[in-house]
Amino acid sequence: MTLEAFADTIVPGEKRSPDDRAVAGAAEGPGAVAAGALELLDWSATGVTPMLGDLVRRLGEHAEAFAAGEGLTLDASVPPFVALTFAQRTALVRRLLAPGHPEKEFWVLLTLFSNMAYDSAAHTETADAMAAGHPGLLAMGFSQPDPDGLWRFPRYSYGRPLARLHPATTPSGSPE
Amino acid sequence: MSAMEQTDVLVIGSGFGGAITAYHLAAGGAKVTVLERGPWLGSDEFEHDFKLGASYTRIFDFVVGDGMSLLGGNCVGGGSVVYFAAMPRAPRFIFERHGSIGRRMWPGAINRDTLDPWYDRVAEALPVHTQDWNDVTYAGGLWGAMCAHSGRTANPVPVAIDNEKCTNCNWMMAGCKFDAKRSLLLNYLPAALAHGAEIRPLHEVQYLTRTDDGGYVVHYEHVDEEDYRIHHGSGKIAAKMVILAAGAGATPVILQRSEPHLGTMPHAVGRYFSGNGERLNTAILNEDRVREVLGLDRPDGLPYGSNQIGKGPCVANWDRLDGSLPEYSRYSLEQLYFPPGLGTILAQVPGGADPTWFGAEKKELLAKWSSWLTIFQMIEDDNEGVFGPPPPTGNANRISQQMLGRGSLSYHPTANTLRAWAMADAEVKDIVERDGLAEVAAWTNDVVGAYTVHPLASCRIGDDPSTSALDDRHELRDHPGIFVTDGSAVPCALTVNPAMTIAALAERSVPGIVAAARERGIDVRYGAPSPEGETSARRGTARLARDLAG
Repeated sequence: MTLEAFADTIVPGEKRSPDDRAVAGAAEGPGAVAAGALELLDWSATGVTPMLGDLVRRLGEHAEAFAAGEGLTLDASVPPFVALTFAQRTALVRRLLAPGHPEKEFWVLLTLFSNMAYDSAAHTETADAMAAGHPGLLAMGFSQPDPDGLWRFPRYSYGRPLARLHPATTPSGSPE
Repeated sequence: MSAMEQTDVLVIGSGFGGAITAYHLAAGGAKVTVLERGPWLGSDEFEHDFKLGASYTRIFDFVVGDGMSLLGGNCVGGGSVVYFAAMPRAPRFIFERHGSIGRRMWPGAINRDTLDPWYDRVAEALPVHTQDWNDVTYAGGLWGAMCAHSGRTANPVPVAIDNEKCTNCNWMMAGCKFDAKRSLLLNYLPAALAHGAEIRPLHEVQYLTRTDDGGYVVHYEHVDEEDYRIHHGSGKIAAKMVILAAGAGATPVILQRSEPHLGTMPHAVGRYFSGNGERLNTAILNEDRVREVLGLDRPDGLPYGSNQIGKGPCVANWDRLDGSLPEYSRYSLEQLYFPPGLGTILAQVPGGADPTWFGAEKKELLAKWSSWLTIFQMIEDDNEGVFGPPPPTGNANRISQQMLGRGSLSYHPTANTLRAWAMADAEVKDIVERDGLAEVAAWTNDVVGAYTVHPLASCRIGDDPSTSALDDRHELRDHPGIFVTDGSAVPCALTVNPAMTIAALAERSVPGIVAAARERGIDVRYGAPSPEGETSARRGTARLARDLAG
């Protein structure tokens, strides 16, 4: 739940149900969680999987410290980070990712993979992800491949001169 | 006990620096063994797939440092397999740069005129050709039209791409499935193999030691073919000479790790690293304004919406490549494509509230991804990168099974570099935001530092022993028989894509390496034609080659 809330802070999405606590519902449409962030993070190929337990614990501690600093009382029925509002989660994650934070590189990794689940479906073959309507690739306007799973764009050029060439261009097409 | 394996020339790395030298030495009669850290994939194994473990992550490496992250090739063919094949020559003024040392950085023997014949050899071999506006993609055309609209020029860049075969799929960084990109897998490497060179993939060289007779022993580890964090034993090969071409992010690390065995390294090993002054801007196009202001329309009626379509960089603005301008104020601005994954996380919301690179506003930016235009700046940086102590193996502590690792490079940009980036940012903004065409923001450097796809200069050539690790024949100072021929030998940022210059310097290094090999008793001659047999460019370098052979 904590990792879902983190991934949702990076690429926010709509709640999966009215009582969804991890996904804050800060944006329309599916976000990183619906795109498969947890699936990707749980895959040992990323290298972050063995760290996840520790990161969840640390995120909880940071959330408690954040709440104490802000004078907040957290809902004890959910993990501390989940108990924060989207704005509070964002403020905390900004601190963790800021240059100079001693744990920054771990939070950067978690951020990178949360984002990659959404923008490139790195846990799924891309052609399959497109066929399955992967929400991130679809939202970005990534086009469907040819039937063989490869992308080709036979139309690619405006096909006309669009600028003057630099006057000192050499015959090899390079700058002088 | 079996005797140690022996070879004449051991080449470390199979990118431009390794493939070109391996070909010429093998063609000249030497026994050549190439050790490559990455896997060996052919065009039938290159995939259009972002899934971890696909060719994209197998052959590409992303090493995070302190203030600078490096992207590079990790496969047989090296950078040529993952690059975008833009092959401009470095402008004339580059060879006169002083940079941080107060005097010319390049060896006296090298300038644009003396390097042009070697550029010609590479152009013939790959081959490299000019492009016209019919070859230019929508993204390149848009950039050209924007440059023209703001009173500037723009040039289709010369490339090593067979445009007849190119499908404009924009998957070049995963390896070209259509053999359109003229990587080293199609020219120098098969020619080297035909002449008897041996290439061994998944062999990661760790360090060198000396033999009693002036040669070297190269120590390597076998890397697992799927999970590069796993190594399967080690081995060693004795060689009469070594060519180090592991890339600017790895070559100095191998030498650092060898220092306890070989003795003190030149001061410039692992110093003076340059990221080629690279920085990216992402512009978000207003499609209506593209049509209204620039009059652009695709056949399907969209003005642009073409971020996904293309073949990397096609058009560059070179107006600031003017030798009369002061150093650190000259740069090129090149249209580029960066795939999702690494290519979106660092893009910032133009004028957005903090956080600008993640969160709700960033998600809205991603929804406009088709209307993104990426502009690549290559400024003159200050060679401020320094490598720290080497990691236990390779050039990074690997995090993921492939691609992602933590390296020892630190890079803290000087005022010169920061000012140049700010100038280039301002110029990009002036071009793309004119008349409401787009909004633009630079990628953030707060996440993984600055970043480069063209690491350079970490073991550079020069005339001054205190600021260059190699002499002008690419031999490592005080360590005869070790030559460095990759991007680490290039002295400084080039303001253009560097592959053509790395390759030309490698071609230029060969006559001197052959002469040194002969002195070491290797039966080898210089004079091979282009990998496919052309001889025109060889004629152009004949006199220069004689001089270099001493």
